[in-house]
Amino acid sequence: MTPLFIAQIGLTLFVFVMLLSSAAGMVYVERKVAAFLQQRLGPYLVGPKGLLQPLADVIKLMFKEELRPRAADAFLFALAPVISATCAFAAFAVVPFGGDTTLLGLIPEGLRLQVADVNVAILVVFAIASMSVYGIVLAGWSSNSKYSLLGGLRSSAQMISYELSYGLALASVLLVGNSLSLTDIVNRQAGAWLGFIPRWFVFVQPIGFLIYMTAGIAETNRAPFDFPEAEQELVAGYHTEYSSMSFAMFFLAEYVNMVTVSAVATDLFLGGWQGPFLSESFGWVWFLLKVAAILFFYVWMRWTLPRYRYDQLMRFGWKILLPLAVINLLVTAAGVLYFGA
Amino acid sequence: MPEPALGDYLALSAVLFAIGVAGVFVRRNLITILLSIEIMLNAVNLTFVAFGRALASADGQIVVFFVMTVAAAEAAVGLAIVISLFRHRESLNPDSFTSLKW
Amino acid sequence: MTPFYLFAAIAVGASLLVIAQRNPVYSVLLLIASFGALSGLYVLLDAPFVAVIQIIVYAGAIMVLFLFVVMLLNAPHEETHYDEQVHPLMRPGPMRFGALLALGLVVELMWALKRGAESGRFAGGAVSSVSAIGRLLFTEYAFAFEVTSILIVVAMVGAVLLARREGAR
Repeated sequence: MTPLFIAQIGLTLFVFVMLLSSAAGMVYVERKVAAFLQQRLGPYLVGPKGLLQPLADVIKLMFKEELRPRAADAFLFALAPVISATCAFAAFAVVPFGGDTTLLGLIPEGLRLQVADVNVAILVVFAIASMSVYGIVLAGWSSNSKYSLLGGLRSSAQMISYELSYGLALASVLLVGNSLSLTDIVNRQAGAWLGFIPRWFVFVQPIGFLIYMTAGIAETNRAPFDFPEAEQELVAGYHTEYSSMSFAMFFLAEYVNMVTVSAVATDLFLGGWQGPFLSESFGWVWFLLKVAAILFFYVWMRWTLPRYRYDQLMRFGWKILLPLAVINLLVTAAGVLYFGA
Repeated sequence: MPEPALGDYLALSAVLFAIGVAGVFVRRNLITILLSIEIMLNAVNLTFVAFGRALASADGQIVVFFVMTVAAAEAAVGLAIVISLFRHRESLNPDSFTSLKW
Repeated sequence: MTPFYLFAAIAVGASLLVIAQRNPVYSVLLLIASFGALSGLYVLLDAPFVAVIQIIVYAGAIMVLFLFVVMLLNAPHEETHYDEQVHPLMRPGPMRFGALLALGLVVELMWALKRGAESGRFAGGAVSSVSAIGRLLFTEYAFAFEVTSILIVVAMVGAVLLARREGAR
């Protein structure tokens, strides 16, 4: 029971609570930003400036009746949202969000702000992303309804198609960063060229960043790649038959996945917690700012771009994004060989 | 409880392999037979990794890499065959595909 | 209880349930649980790369393929008339023979292990990092690596061709 051990347990709980509240916060941010983009006000009645709106949403969802179609497979129907939510939270466990900190001197040695320091962290993120397909497939199938089944199959086909480009973008960063550990990659992005351009990998791998963000948006089933859960197309796709807290779990999973993709993108491409003016222990402030910027970009994309039709989506993933990712990888490999990392 | 030794891992692998063999023989559903084959391949993977660790060599993990790739290829082709068989007879029971029997 | 026994119990239990389940969807999900336990065992054996690759390739890709096929075929449950009443060891014919054969296999393998006496403790120290594996893959095993890539292409083409409908373009 050393102070470090207690601090690590505290950190795990803290990360969990923070992810939950970030999902709640994202609900509010999404509605406010959508409203302002559409030149209206959004929620403003509940609490000052509508800040308590997510709380009202959660309370409403908790009081709704939990329905289950009679022909649905009960065990799988209940299991699917659990799988989705679990994978969403688990993926964040290996993401570092700050440098070594001693919590203002409370603990003797530095505590890395990361739940689990694994030296194959990039692969772990990828592995858990590929497991989250199951939540959707099982939800679609176990609901025993044609909209759900179609939505589930389409959504999972989309996810596994974009996983390839996601993986290749990760591989390109891996070539430049020379390590599978996220902490090592962030530490390599310290310093600056010419004194003011930070050594972020987004300047070394701009196309890789774009591919990663596009694949990430498709992986999390967000617009413009949200055909499988669009209301106008398939009722609500794989979560048609879900209500109350199960539905809330799917939404929680979606927002937490968004946060995870943004956090990994920040670590890989935007320098993680590195930033000027603040010491290493307060790097998490920079991390938060960068993740917030990417999340704003996510929401902005959703309410600006029209949705891709499903065949356009698949064509884009296989015929455009995947060759681009492969070419990016080859060019990066050539560059690393020539310039010697 | 003592630290597991190489023998423990091999015993576990043997049990898993035997479960896979039993699955292939006993089950009358093509998909479950394919799943049992995957169990057997995994048991072999475990043996390779355990020996690689015991002999302090990375070769065990390399072979596992190749076994996994071959298993993926075999599962894909096997499932394609199952799909075309199903289209003919609407059944996944291997006992219903007996038209070549004399 | 060391993690080894926990993971081993999950792996064996899930595998037994895989071959005992009647519903193929449950079989696939139980096999995924078994793969997860095996992945944990690989971590215990100081092979983190193989552990993660097991999740990515086996549990995340091959099993998704199985699940898709099971769902799209709406795979019926087994229809032998032995299913309800009779235990596999009692069913006549190849099934009983097969089950007994598997039991015989386990007994024989255990006997061989006991005879092999010193299957000793593990040597100290972790074996390999990912970069060591990568280096080996591209130097000593480079030929196998290239041939495997051809194998995958062949399998892809074969699978698409085999699953095509008759008469479709």
